[in-house]
Amino acid sequence: MNDLSGRISWADVGLALLLVAVSVVVSRVRRTGLERDIGVATLRSFAQLLAVGFVLDFVFGNHGALTPVVLLVMIGTATLTSASRGKRIPGAHWVAAISVSVAAAATLGVLLLLRIVPAAPRAAIPLGSMIISNAMNTTSLVMARLRDDLGAHRREVEAHLSLGETSTEAAAFWHRAALRSGLLPIVDQTKVVGLVALPGAMTGMLLAGASPSSAIRLQMVVMYMLLGGNAFAALVAGRLTIARLFTADHQLIRSLRRVPG
Amino acid sequence: MGDRFELRDVRVDGDSGPIVKGFSARIPADGLTAMVGPSGAGKTTLLRLLNRLDDPDGGEILLDGRDLRSYDVLDLRRRVQMVGQVPVTFPGSVAANVGPDVDALLARVGLDPALAARDADRLSVGEAQRMCLARALARGPECLLLDEPTSALDTRSKGGVESLIRSLADDGLTVVMVTHDPRQADELADRILPVGTR
Repeated sequence: MNDLSGRISWADVGLALLLVAVSVVVSRVRRTGLERDIGVATLRSFAQLLAVGFVLDFVFGNHGALTPVVLLVMIGTATLTSASRGKRIPGAHWVAAISVSVAAAATLGVLLLLRIVPAAPRAAIPLGSMIISNAMNTTSLVMARLRDDLGAHRREVEAHLSLGETSTEAAAFWHRAALRSGLLPIVDQTKVVGLVALPGAMTGMLLAGASPSSAIRLQMVVMYMLLGGNAFAALVAGRLTIARLFTADHQLIRSLRRVPG
Repeated sequence: MGDRFELRDVRVDGDSGPIVKGFSARIPADGLTAMVGPSGAGKTTLLRLLNRLDDPDGGEILLDGRDLRSYDVLDLRRRVQMVGQVPVTFPGSVAANVGPDVDALLARVGLDPALAARDADRLSVGEAQRMCLARALARGPECLLLDEPTSALDTRSKGGVESLIRSLADDGLTVVMVTHDPRQADELADRILPVGTR
């Protein structure tokens, strides 16, 4: 089979940059003011991918023991990104760190324990990165949605609390809505997979010369893995965010419920 | 009867300075006590302390002679029910909102028991406020906290809800009502507790 992946030279990358120039021209003509951002994004992606390439070359080449370190760095970055979406949630960093870590450990753990994928850096790192980045998005969505909903509906929440309900009971309706909003993107993606877009893992395998039938098997594993990983992330993020937005005495935290006197 | 609540030198901090500062009062167990004062004086803030939707930043509050915080908070809120300014209906029927014994409770608050099957969000504002009172009574409280309970109502339903509130106090419930309207306080209350007008 033809492996296209090894045929891309630095000159080819340079040619592909012409397409970036197109987006800069569009931005300038349409006055979107995004030229600078496009430039920064291009430079950043170039530098980041270059660095990742070196790191992965190093780890794959007889330094497989560093795999957990690579995954931990990814979890750390995902935590910081997700926590920045959780402003006004006390301890948002912990919520994000625990949600993403649980999703990664549980999902990757199952794949490795059942020997669905080999315990090799070449499998664990790319799959781990997909789980972590998806769990990060889910965690951000669930945290932000719960904070916004409980704040906007604090009258209803406090009406439940006033009747003697626990914070878990009082938040149940919005908890459900937040879990849905966290899981819908991956559910929808799973529904249309292959019909709207050929997903990344499958694309990569096809470009690398694999047969379509083995490419789809990997893609199936990836989709189911992401569904599972996001479910873990949503579950943990929802539970922990609620615990952070109420006090132990079943009161909404003050920053969510400023009322006129 | 003795005091239901005693507030001692209570302070609540806001984002920019105290909302309530050094507030002390006794609220007897019998009858209707109206907390009256201009808006922004901290009436609602004080009311929310009594069922521990919030806690004071200083001072202490006693319920039946015991520190409010020494009670189990969920038990406390069942004993001390609160009904807000704008009626909050939960999704589902009136019966689902109120719980068992809905017929008797609807009758008690002056609503037709036939409303039990109706969707709660299809009630008028006045009916919804009565339903909220029925839902609170369903928990068997000893005390009712009412935050401007008639301010969202039109003149006609206002009078009806006012006499309902009066009759609940006459039945032996401790009723603490926040109002900005001195006329309403004079007509309804057994005693008036001025807030923020010293």
